[in-house]
Amino acid sequence: MEILINKLKKAAPKVTLLMALATGAALQGCGGSEKANAQDDAVSADAATAVYVAPGEHDELYSFLSGGFNGQVSVYGIPSGRLLKVIPVFTQFAENGYGYNEESKAMLQTSHGFVPWDDLHHPKLSRADGMADGRWLFVNGNNTPRVARVDLKTFETVEIMEIPNSAGNHCSPYPTNNNEYVLAGTRFSVPLDMKGGTQDVSLSEYKDKFRGSISFIKVDKEHGDMELDFQVLVPGFDYDLANGGKGPSNDWVFFTTYNTEKSATLKELGASQNDRDYLAAINWKLAAKYAAEGKAKEMPANYYHNKMDEKSHIAKSTVKKTVRYLLPEDCPGMMYLLPAPKSPHGIDVDPTGEYMVVNGKLASSLPVFAFSKMMKAIENKDFDGDVNGIPVLKYESVLAAEVKEPGLGPLHTEFDGKGNAYSTMFVSSEVVKWSLEDFQVKDRMPVFYSPGHLMIPGGDTREPYGKYMVVMNKITKDRFLPTGPELMHSAQLIDISGEKMKMLLDFPTVAEPHYAQGIRADLVAPNSVKFFKLDENTHPEAVKNEKDVSVTRNGKTVKVNMTSIRSHFTPDNIEGVQVGDTVLFHVTNLEQDWDVPHGFAVMGANNAETLIMPGATQTLRWVPKQAGIFPFYCTDFCSALHQEMQGYVRVSPRGSKVPIKFSTGEKKPVPPATASVE
Amino acid sequence: MKTYNKVLMIIAALSLGLLFLFPMWKIYLTAPQYPEGLELHIWVNKLAGSSESVLQNFNILNHYIGMEPIHAESFKELRIMPYVVYFFMATGVIIALIGKRRLVLYWASLLMLAGAVGIFDFYMWLHKFGTNLNPEAPIKVPGMTYIPPLLGSKQLLNFEALSLPGWGSLGIFLAVLLAGLVYFLSRRTAKSATVRHNNVLV
Repeated sequence: MEILINKLKKAAPKVTLLMALATGAALQGCGGSEKANAQDDAVSADAATAVYVAPGEHDELYSFLSGGFNGQVSVYGIPSGRLLKVIPVFTQFAENGYGYNEESKAMLQTSHGFVPWDDLHHPKLSRADGMADGRWLFVNGNNTPRVARVDLKTFETVEIMEIPNSAGNHCSPYPTNNNEYVLAGTRFSVPLDMKGGTQDVSLSEYKDKFRGSISFIKVDKEHGDMELDFQVLVPGFDYDLANGGKGPSNDWVFFTTYNTEKSATLKELGASQNDRDYLAAINWKLAAKYAAEGKAKEMPANYYHNKMDEKSHIAKSTVKKTVRYLLPEDCPGMMYLLPAPKSPHGIDVDPTGEYMVVNGKLASSLPVFAFSKMMKAIENKDFDGDVNGIPVLKYESVLAAEVKEPGLGPLHTEFDGKGNAYSTMFVSSEVVKWSLEDFQVKDRMPVFYSPGHLMIPGGDTREPYGKYMVVMNKITKDRFLPTGPELMHSAQLIDISGEKMKMLLDFPTVAEPHYAQGIRADLVAPNSVKFFKLDENTHPEAVKNEKDVSVTRNGKTVKVNMTSIRSHFTPDNIEGVQVGDTVLFHVTNLEQDWDVPHGFAVMGANNAETLIMPGATQTLRWVPKQAGIFPFYCTDFCSALHQEMQGYVRVSPRGSKVPIKFSTGEKKPVPPATASVE
Repeated sequence: MKTYNKVLMIIAALSLGLLFLFPMWKIYLTAPQYPEGLELHIWVNKLAGSSESVLQNFNILNHYIGMEPIHAESFKELRIMPYVVYFFMATGVIIALIGKRRLVLYWASLLMLAGAVGIFDFYMWLHKFGTNLNPEAPIKVPGMTYIPPLLGSKQLLNFEALSLPGWGSLGIFLAVLLAGLVYFLSRRTAKSATVRHNNVLV
């Protein structure tokens, strides 16, 4: 069979691809398993052409999938599912030196010290007028609460801000429709000591002492720089997910809560006792107004704000010592609670801004709230008591409809902009399409296995791009060739352009994607930087000309200010280093061309390599522990003479008389006219 | 010469100004790993290209075969040529104002000669860069030289080099063409003037 396929492939590659696919499906069909039959139904013969992006062609869309426990963002092309880049955010990345080289270390500083890992769940694209504008990507760090900003000109992390008074920054980050604010809610409430830390209390005091917080991060319109404007201190529930309104609900953000029981232990039971938890609605505009009008109080705090300088590529940390906060009980009209089915997960607002879908993962129906009804209920004071002075609205007076029998374990919903919603069912392992007009289920499709989030490009904005849907599954099992106990997660691409959903593609994804964002390629690709301009490099240790390289000793520190260009380092012979010195290799990549990074690695370094982009300067710290000759070399195959791109450091014993000396190339009586070093 | 001839002659002189607005010559390089191509632009007074750093990129690629690095400072021509162009522009305008037909011919001939010298000089540089290779070069192909084409395309190892005149050269071409036209047209008017003169005599 294989030989036949190969023969056919040579003859007509595209046709064969389809045939191979059909044959594969037929073979599985012979096995007679139910799953194979389901696949037969699900994958149509033209699926291959729908996702086929010919060699040299570009994808239609970028998608940004969170990496979950790898603390990174993975960028995939859609519809091909090809991995385009892994962007390190909260995690050290030995591959390019992020978090290892001296310039980027500060990015991972927190009030807990250097935290080189986090759990990254939710990417959200920056917005203009309720639409993704392709400028920045905001992401959350769940474990040590942080919000980061990735610049989509360079696909690099440029800013990380720690969130004080928070623990488990899961309900984060949610930009408003013009990036006025990015909101970040705490999943774990904690007993705040109101001095920037948590109290040392008995866990039996949960009900009285624990509080949650929702942070309002201001975003600079031009440069995207973040600033924590104020926090709202909320009742001590778990705040799970959020989403902003749009259109009529533009001023509001909605948060799902669970553990309104305020249980401190065995939460799988303790937090599942109440039949209803809440959807919290916060009027962010009013909150900002209250804060501006002096309702905000100030308390001591201690949190890090790390920024990467655009010109020097050096990250700097500043430590913030205060934070402003609002209490809902002092701010009438700012916050309401809407009863929601037990322990809801996702909250998703439809493109018109009228419907809020509450994905009650333990509920048998999917409630949809109407924003207009909510406003009316507030106006009529249709309250059902209050929690800590926050009015609770009556369920019946805010409910638009309940989607009946949607499936088991609804987690998340996205929209196609054509009046349909698509919800993932974790337990019944399917995606369900239902209508926002009659709230009836229209179609369902099994996915493999147990979907978490789903993503329709722009599916959380005013105008979704309703052609594709990416479903991110939590369980992979037999979907790909086995790779031992640990498997890649599996994403599935589904065509949603027609009445019925069509399964197109499975593709493995790095670590554990939670949420994702998609955007048309033409909104991002034209702005992509090809290299950094050497003239604009303001790194204080940059060397812009091979004539200016230097090796200097200052006490026990030796500074090597060196350059790299195809295909040599200057200098590449260094002497006078002694055991126990701290050697700082400041390497400037002199290249001014696209896709010519040079790497730098030295034997025995206890950190990593560093990969230097054209025009940039990066620093690798190295402490030699023994005397001898230590080679260094370029790690990125840069040119035909890449293998020759190497050098040597001579390390002498401590106190040796060998003087500092450095060179590249041998001095000649008549220097030859070459482009290499003088 | 009639007024419109004088105007044409002034246009001829001024069209040389295109040399300051556009490159004279362009060398395009493409290779499998340079799909976007590299362009070297030769101006009357500078070297430039498709990007700010094009010279550096040319030199990096050329150093493997031992070609001498190209620097704008090494070309005296780039300092002299602007004055030559100013000279032709000024004299062209003066000739237009004087209106002497014969001077137009001299001017155009001299300009053609200067152009020819320029192209010859350009070829000599190409030849020099293409053949004067460092014997210690990492890549040595026996018998291989790297003279880029003066006009048209040529394969040089992995690079396809294409050489074409730029819009600046059009300035010289226009100047010669218009001056020729002026010479031709003023001949007719000179003739008819003579005829009329004869008639008067008769």
